Amino acid sequence: MRVWRLIATIMLILTGVILALSLGASPAQAATAPPLTAAPCATDDATGCLQGTIKLPNGDPAVGIELAITGADLDTVAVTGDDGKWSQAITVAGPYTIELDTSTIPDGAVLDSNAKNPATVTGALNKNTGYIFKIVGGTTADDGTTTQTPTAAAGTGITFDRFLQQLVSGIRLGLLLALAAVGLSLIFGTTGLSNFAHGEQVTLGGLLAYLFANVLGLNLILAAIISVVICAATGYFQDALIWKPLRRRGLGTTQLMIVTIGLSIALQYAFQYFLGASTVRIDQANPVTVALGPVTLSAQSLISMGIAVVIIALVGFVLVKTRIGRATRAVSDNPSLAAASGIDVDRIIRLVWTSAAALAGLSGVLLGLVLNGVNWQTGLQLLLLMFAAITLGGLGTAFGALAGAMIIGLVVELTNLVLPGDFKYATALVILILVLLVRPQGIFGRRERIG
Amino acid sequence: MDQFLTTLTSILNSAISPQTAALAIAAIGLNIHFGYTGLLNFGQAGFMLIGAYAFAISIIGGLPIVLAVLIALVAATIFALILGIPTLKLRGDYLAIVTLSAAEIVRMVGRSSLLTNVTGGSNGITGNEYRGPFTDLSFFGDGHIDFGPWSYDATGSNGWWFIATAWLVVALLCLFVWAIMRSPWGRVLRGIREDEDAVRALGKNVYSYKMQALILGGVIGAIAGIVYILPASLQADSMGRSMTYFIFTALLLGGAATVFGPVLGAIVFFAIRLFVQGVAGQFVPSNIMNGQQTEQFAWIVIGITLMLVVIFRPQGILGNKKELSFDVK
Repeated sequence: MRVWRLIATIMLILTGVILALSLGASPAQAATAPPLTAAPCATDDATGCLQGTIKLPNGDPAVGIELAITGADLDTVAVTGDDGKWSQAITVAGPYTIELDTSTIPDGAVLDSNAKNPATVTGALNKNTGYIFKIVGGTTADDGTTTQTPTAAAGTGITFDRFLQQLVSGIRLGLLLALAAVGLSLIFGTTGLSNFAHGEQVTLGGLLAYLFANVLGLNLILAAIISVVICAATGYFQDALIWKPLRRRGLGTTQLMIVTIGLSIALQYAFQYFLGASTVRIDQANPVTVALGPVTLSAQSLISMGIAVVIIALVGFVLVKTRIGRATRAVSDNPSLAAASGIDVDRIIRLVWTSAAALAGLSGVLLGLVLNGVNWQTGLQLLLLMFAAITLGGLGTAFGALAGAMIIGLVVELTNLVLPGDFKYATALVILILVLLVRPQGIFGRRERIG
Repeated sequence: MDQFLTTLTSILNSAISPQTAALAIAAIGLNIHFGYTGLLNFGQAGFMLIGAYAFAISIIGGLPIVLAVLIALVAATIFALILGIPTLKLRGDYLAIVTLSAAEIVRMVGRSSLLTNVTGGSNGITGNEYRGPFTDLSFFGDGHIDFGPWSYDATGSNGWWFIATAWLVVALLCLFVWAIMRSPWGRVLRGIREDEDAVRALGKNVYSYKMQALILGGVIGAIAGIVYILPASLQADSMGRSMTYFIFTALLLGGAATVFGPVLGAIVFFAIRLFVQGVAGQFVPSNIMNGQQTEQFAWIVIGITLMLVVIFRPQGILGNKKELSFDVK
């Protein structure tokens, strides 16, 4: 126990230092770094906002597009920021004309021929009024006429190469999902708690890596390690300060689950409080891509997949081969029996919380690198997939979570072959419901668990 | 002082707004699930969205308003059946995860670009497209009515007609819940919440009762969806997961398994948020907390409130602690 106390003290001090650093650093950053986004427009009783996001055909934000906005007392030009967003505050409700300056569209892209330009929108006070200009692939001739590249309708054109590419993306997502889901599954197994705030642990990892690597300019690997350590500390202290006392009070699992929902809401808005709603990048450099036959991946993706495989193997090894792993599985199986046979259940649960938070944090860091961006809802979007993965694998079984995560990852990415991107998460959830109909205990679960 | 008055006015306005009524109705539905039967439905926003889409699309398709409401209720019933059949025999967590997922599926399909012609994609459907028939029913006349501290148009969107009908629905539903929960049927539901096996031993078909409760609460959720979109617009993302969480917060604040708990909870929920936002906006200098941050700060307070309520006063403001043991069944 003395070792634990030492570790706890070190982590506490570390967290304090980092908090102090981050508090000191944020105003300085605001003063020096160029703003990542155009000044956001906030609505109130006397102000309304016109806004929109413009994206390039490949999905990247279109930066520096100029839009002339006229109407009421306004005659101005809005420009899209690094995130492709533009916004314009208005103080009079009524019709406004927005004209996109087509010469500011980058080469290789043109305005969709069906798009209205100039477009008319009706602005209202105390409200955000959105308008979207669609940009598609194409070329502009010298005389200004545009030729639109014919695009295949979304979802069609299954080629073997595309299949391979999606397959690899699926494995990548599955691995990162598995990292986060194993922890969720272990927490469920040992305490019976469905932790709805687990997604925020993932986000926290990504945002901390952004803070250290990007804002404070640390070496990426060092930043990742510090982030994971802090995440582990949050897990440790969460259990010490919140969950263990609540278990002592004898709160039911439903009550605890709703407490995690409250925590999740509070954390989501805390992230937004400090960072806003924008997406931030951990690594500023442009990703280097590696071609493996027909499959193109960024170097970061490859390394992330490697790290994920190693860590997952390590977790598996610990669970199967070591004393502590066996004790964890024993607590998962039957806490009272485990306690009776001399296992310190509270210590195991503490360890599970710590490692679950660390794994989720690592998943967040890697996800931020792979997707090249983190925002306040990165983990939130992943949470349902995690639940789907652990339900699919069998609630509470660590290896089931791994298998479930790989299946969900593959399903999500392969769905892209036949359906547009909007549906990719939906299919994973439909599969979850179907599996529950046929085999409610999941792949590795046992029947007694579902009763 | 001015700032204080502004905050007070906005709290008073939100206390009677149709959106608060909609949240209250959704919470009344969830109360039947969670408070009385012990079902963990985390997809109440999905029921709202189903109701809202069914209503709006029917109206745009030219159907009369009564039929549109009926279609919304039928749609919610079907949705409840789809959710209930695979999960109601399993443990509570499964229902939670499936309802949460299903609500997300509805939202994602609704905002999908493939269905832009029907659902308006992520832009949704503007209120003017489906509000007409409801506004035409108004007998409040034109003009402006002042009543106590409130002053609104008689009929226009967000006017008295919308407010009065929304709260009339709330009142009727409260009466309905009060009546039905003191009937033998309601006692069976409570029995299921307290001890499913005991009820089964009495020869009741627990599965069927749970299904009826799921359908009933879901249908009320669909009504909430209609009330929610009538004065505003229909946007899939406005009825996402956070909406479900807010409904839960409102229900637990007011008191689960009570008749008026959901209504009081909905009002208090918005009041807390506006109060915190108002106070933070007034007393904290803007270089520490700007306008947008006060809003986020208010949400953080809401999240922490939910945690504290569940830990220290699980029965909420009105509830009876003995009545509510709430745990997964």
